[in-house]
Amino acid sequence: MTQLALVIDLNVCVGCHACVTSCKEWQTSGWAGPLTDHRPYDKDPTGTFFNRVQTFEIGEFPRTETVHFPKSCLHCEEPPCVPVCPTGASYKREDNGVVLVDYDKCIGCKYCSWACPYGMRELDEHQKVMKKCTLCIDRITDESLPEAERKPACVLACPTSARLFGDVHDPDSEVSLAIRENGGYQLMPEWGTKPANHYLPRRKTRIQIFEDELVRADNPLRKEGPLPAAEGETLDDVAF
Amino acid sequence: MHPAFSVIFLTTLIGVGQGLFLALVTGQVYSLANLLQPQDSVRFYAVGSALSLAFLVAGLVASLFHLGRPERAWRAASQWRTSWLSREVIVLPVFMFLVFLYGVIHWLGWTQPLFRIQGVIPVDATLLAGVLGALAAFALFGCTAMIYASIQFIEEWHSPFTLVNFTLFGIASGFMLAAAFSAWSGVDLVGFYGAWAVVFTLAAGVSRLLSLRRNARLVHKSTLETAIGIRHNRIEQKSQGFMGGSFNTREFFHGASHTTVALVRLFFLVMVFVVPLLLLAASYWLASPGLPLAAFAAQYLGLVAERWYFFAEARHPQNLYYQSMA
Repeated sequence: MTQLALVIDLNVCVGCHACVTSCKEWQTSGWAGPLTDHRPYDKDPTGTFFNRVQTFEIGEFPRTETVHFPKSCLHCEEPPCVPVCPTGASYKREDNGVVLVDYDKCIGCKYCSWACPYGMRELDEHQKVMKKCTLCIDRITDESLPEAERKPACVLACPTSARLFGDVHDPDSEVSLAIRENGGYQLMPEWGTKPANHYLPRRKTRIQIFEDELVRADNPLRKEGPLPAAEGETLDDVAF
Repeated sequence: MHPAFSVIFLTTLIGVGQGLFLALVTGQVYSLANLLQPQDSVRFYAVGSALSLAFLVAGLVASLFHLGRPERAWRAASQWRTSWLSREVIVLPVFMFLVFLYGVIHWLGWTQPLFRIQGVIPVDATLLAGVLGALAAFALFGCTAMIYASIQFIEEWHSPFTLVNFTLFGIASGFMLAAAFSAWSGVDLVGFYGAWAVVFTLAAGVSRLLSLRRNARLVHKSTLETAIGIRHNRIEQKSQGFMGGSFNTREFFHGASHTTVALVRLFFLVMVFVVPLLLLAASYWLASPGLPLAAFAAQYLGLVAERWYFFAEARHPQNLYYQSMA
């Protein structure tokens, strides 16, 4: 069975919030109605977002790492928010595993938001229904779009390609490969919710260069003199 | 968690209604066994049922204020297979109907025995409705408490104490109201209901103190490390992704200071467990009809504070993502 999900590479994310704004733009102008704001140009602006980027500082100065942490619905394989819904408005799609809310059935009781340990659901203060990341379901299932554009808005917007999108149940997909090879992990695994979205950790990529690899023994630009033949063949004599 | 008054009033008011109904049925069963004087059907049982129903209706009305879309509330009965909230939505009207039925049968005076058990115990229509209603009352306590107890991440709630507390608090306040109602209507049952109210209040006190101790010692499973998946002892949040607040910062934080929360705890401990018992003891000596009513009022006020504290003490794991507020 297909389980669509995002893989977010914390090693690459620069915290630019392009995913946040592109998500907001796509969702607020989509068929499901606006993603409303409250006091958008006033003091204490607030509103509904499906995606937020938080920033954490790891370690103690000066040995610190800044980690930008994009946070959106994880489309759990065992979503605890779905069975608690009294109306059946909250559901997980059978065909692709995306967790969705039927805005026409939701009564706005907020119980599903209590049942999500990650706090990924938000009540729309104007429409009074629960909303959450749809993984741009109207976009990824739209066959009139070219295949390269059948991706969530956040994935297409990310300037550093920190967000990957695909089927985590297909072992050969780009996302499965990234999870497998780059140490992909889930958030709060202790609750058994089995989030489909994974995160890739910070990792250091260093090239190992030894001192003698930096100096050519037979540098043609050095001061003229007899070649150091006595030292025998160097790496430069045998390699191109 | 943010204590919403709609839910606080829903759970406390229907608790009183359920407890009062259980008290009425208990009284009837006692008089059936000749342990108590039989009471007047219309003046005591019918009016008592109406009072119970009034509390249940008030709770139901309060619950509608919790919903963003109350006009769709009827849909909430559909997912009874998986959702305790849905089960409550079904059991509450069923219970209300049985209370109504019990009151109406008493009011119409249909108390002729339909049959006798072993030729001794006369069973009439009111007793059947009463027993069914009592079962529904307990089912409703279960559904209401399980809404909270079934969420495994809210570890303060995920405990049998939630179930026991909701049930005992409801029964205690209901018997307290039954004592007040008896005193007010001049029925000689103040001592009977008052004694049971004291027993249930003390039992609830033991259970609540144990749950307070459990929650004070609770070590949460989730930490900031598991929340963002970075294994380091020192993680400091620099930004929560917005400045003006969001649903996450409004719904999951009570926003009160530690002092306020501690004061509310002290207030409910005194008002639920101490003041009503003193007032009942005083009414026993003074035989005043007003004091049991004051005891019920004090306990109800305390229960509202208890339910507020119940929400305030619960720490949702999503709060880990909002370190400046957590």
